[in-house]
Amino acid sequence: MSELDTIGFGLILIAAAVGGAAILTWFERRLLGVWQDRYGPNRLGPFGALQVMADMIKLLTKHDWVPPFADRAVFVFAPTAIVVAMLLGFAVVPFGPELYILDLNIGLLFFLGMTSLAVYSVLLAGLASNNKYALLGGLRSAAQMVSYEVFMGLSLMGVVMLTGSFSLRAIVEAQRDLWYCIPQFLGLFTFLIAGIAESHRLPFDLPEAEHELTAGFHTEYGGMKFAMFMLGEYLGLLLISCMITTLFFGGWLGPWLPPIVWFSIKVFALICFFILLRAAIPRPRYDQLMALGWKVMLPLTLLNLLLTGVIALLLEGA
Amino acid sequence: MQQAHARSADNAVDDLFARFGAPAFVPQPGPDNTPTLWVDRQQVLEVLAHLKPRFPMLLDLFGMDERLREHKPAGAADFTVVYHLLNIAGREEIRLKVAMTAADPSVPSAVDIWPNANWYEREAWDMYGITFTGHPNLRRILLPPTWEGHALRKDHPARATEMEPFSLDQEKQDAEQEALLFRPEEWGMARATADTEFMFLNLGPNHPSVHGVFRIALQLDGEVVVDAVPDIGYHHRGAEKMGERQTWHSFIPYTDRIDYLGGVMNNLAYVMAVETLAGISVPDRAKVIRIMLAELFRISSHLVFYGTFAQDVGQMSPVFYMFADRERLFGIIEAITGGRMHPAWFRIGGVAQDLPRGWEQLVREFIDGMPARLDQYQVMAMDNSILKQRTVDIGSYSTAEALEWGITGPSLRATGMDFDLRRDRPYGGYDQFEFEVPVGHKGDSYDRAVVRVEEIRQSLRIVRQCLDNMPAGPYKSDHRLTTPPPKERTLQDIETLIHHFLNVSWGPVVPAGEASFPIEATKGINSYHLVSDGGTSAYRTRIRTPSFPALQQIPLISRGLMIPDLIAIIASIDFVMADVDR
Repeated sequence: MSELDTIGFGLILIAAAVGGAAILTWFERRLLGVWQDRYGPNRLGPFGALQVMADMIKLLTKHDWVPPFADRAVFVFAPTAIVVAMLLGFAVVPFGPELYILDLNIGLLFFLGMTSLAVYSVLLAGLASNNKYALLGGLRSAAQMVSYEVFMGLSLMGVVMLTGSFSLRAIVEAQRDLWYCIPQFLGLFTFLIAGIAESHRLPFDLPEAEHELTAGFHTEYGGMKFAMFMLGEYLGLLLISCMITTLFFGGWLGPWLPPIVWFSIKVFALICFFILLRAAIPRPRYDQLMALGWKVMLPLTLLNLLLTGVIALLLEGA
Repeated sequence: MQQAHARSADNAVDDLFARFGAPAFVPQPGPDNTPTLWVDRQQVLEVLAHLKPRFPMLLDLFGMDERLREHKPAGAADFTVVYHLLNIAGREEIRLKVAMTAADPSVPSAVDIWPNANWYEREAWDMYGITFTGHPNLRRILLPPTWEGHALRKDHPARATEMEPFSLDQEKQDAEQEALLFRPEEWGMARATADTEFMFLNLGPNHPSVHGVFRIALQLDGEVVVDAVPDIGYHHRGAEKMGERQTWHSFIPYTDRIDYLGGVMNNLAYVMAVETLAGISVPDRAKVIRIMLAELFRISSHLVFYGTFAQDVGQMSPVFYMFADRERLFGIIEAITGGRMHPAWFRIGGVAQDLPRGWEQLVREFIDGMPARLDQYQVMAMDNSILKQRTVDIGSYSTAEALEWGITGPSLRATGMDFDLRRDRPYGGYDQFEFEVPVGHKGDSYDRAVVRVEEIRQSLRIVRQCLDNMPAGPYKSDHRLTTPPPKERTLQDIETLIHHFLNVSWGPVVPAGEASFPIEATKGINSYHLVSDGGTSAYRTRIRTPSFPALQQIPLISRGLMIPDLIAIIASIDFVMADVDR
């Protein structure tokens, strides 16, 4: 792609990601409605899809308020950090053989770096709000991130070993014969868990945990700044789904249909799966979550790494 | 059964007479089977301590203003404190009364004998200004700290129109604001120890998981709860005071709103107390209709519990299924009573109307469909491993502790105590029904849920028996206090006309006396202690609710746990704030 095309595609991608995240808010509510024996938002527009517009108008016109006791600069900055970091993460996702913005040879590391940056958003929000519920949310977030970041990166190293590259395009190309969800099922499992934890969704929504901490780190947020957090969360959900598709389900690969369609179908299925998880699973306690991270997930990840290494060496030898 | 119960209770009285001598007591005869003794306040602690091994539970403790009472029992003075004790194993009750003059309304505190006397005594102080000497923390509990006077005293106005118009000047506002400031010391909590500075978290009165307006001040070390002090009274509506103004019949709708998830279950406790007082017997059909409706409301209340229990540990979906079931149930209740949550449908001596045509079909559809859905919910919620992790061994207490703190109902049975008033002291026709009383064994949050879920199934069983064996006959007792004379005859002679007129315009005049009638309500033992002074309304209405003592126990079972555990405990208690504050 030429320079200009890349910029154009970048703009389209931003619009699509933000729009997609917005639509997701409606889609999730409808889907939950179906599973929970009720309707969900169904009044505005076809199937209630225009609900998104109504919500946006409401959020945009709300009073842009900063609590007097908050640390103003940090309070305002916090919600933007998550959106920016998540959007940057999309830069390395290959949507098709020629459909990407950057093909970094360290694409995977770039993605991991960006998702890690998003943590600061939650942390800073919790600190800057000067509210006890927000503080507890921020604390939980810090602990959760530290624990889950560790094996999030490690869980992907199996994929890197098999491919021999950090480039996401190379990883997809390497799956022509066999998607990595088969040989790397342990990696997929651990990355999936870590991914949900990264995007703060139930059952890993401890920083928010409305039943315990009212709204956790964003208790003091309202209007557009609150919307930014939600946008960030849904962007995170989209990004994680894109990454799982790329790393474990062969990315754009698939017969007959154009690559971008295959990619979209896979991402969509994953999103539905994430929503189903939210509908079905209760929230573990904070220390139980930590225990799960360190005592179960980390050893599993290391085991996966070990096995993959052994098999890769054996295959090379043969 | 009734007679056996009366005989064994007499033994308790004989025992007291033998220990302290008969002259130490003044017995008060009454229409209910609970022996009532007046005792001197110098001796009351000694007597209570003597009774404790036999009566492990202080069921209720409340005050009373006797100053305007015309039919005063022998032994009464200006104010009274009533202790209502329950012996679960021996199925007996006893009531002790202590008289006080208006000049010196004080009595020694029973906190050292029963820890749950703490809140009850605070309430009696709040409402009557009765001082309990030796009480560790005799502050207002239901009314705000800035309240003037004691609201249930007979000379305290019952309505705003009897008082000066309210105005809030700057000085008053400042005083109110000052009173709202949180000072941990006043709540019995230290700000810091030598090496730790605590964080105080104000959970409520508005918080997603406190089920109403309930506040807990938390002393935290990180997320670990060092101490928790519950603060109630935000839902106080003066129901007991209203009982002194409303006629015997017109108070029924107020009872609906005490345990607002229990619907007619509240009516039942109230009308049975009135019927005991007036000696009214209820026809069989009315009894079975009452039981059916009460059990349907038990199911409804437990469904709300079930859904919110799962929701409070973070499971999002179950509550919607349970509310859909509850909606089906409300459809039936609406068809029968015309109301949904608060039908106010029971009447003194029966129910408001006969069952509508086609009720069998509605009830049968519901009870046929429900067990399969309960099986699904079992898999979805109760068998979920994360839900178990969150609730097993969290907030557990022993049977002895439960008795000490006045815990009744499913929360008591969860500790392994096999006790249900419906089976062990059958009232209102329950002796004709077959059902089991589910019990837990650990007394933790999970067991409390398990017991309630099983109770839904047992209630379905009772409803099915009602459905299959609904007797024919009148739905209302033919008693002059309950049913006005037939309208046709009022046009013929003055006697029936005047009776009809008085019954409709004044309401019934219930003979002077006192009675209470404990029933197994949705959340535990609910009872109305009614005092009639021979008028058209109660002289005193005391409402003993199961939620009140349950909240008092929260600090005991949540210390050392984390905030999410506290939420799980609150979810598992199944309380309703209106049932606490009244």
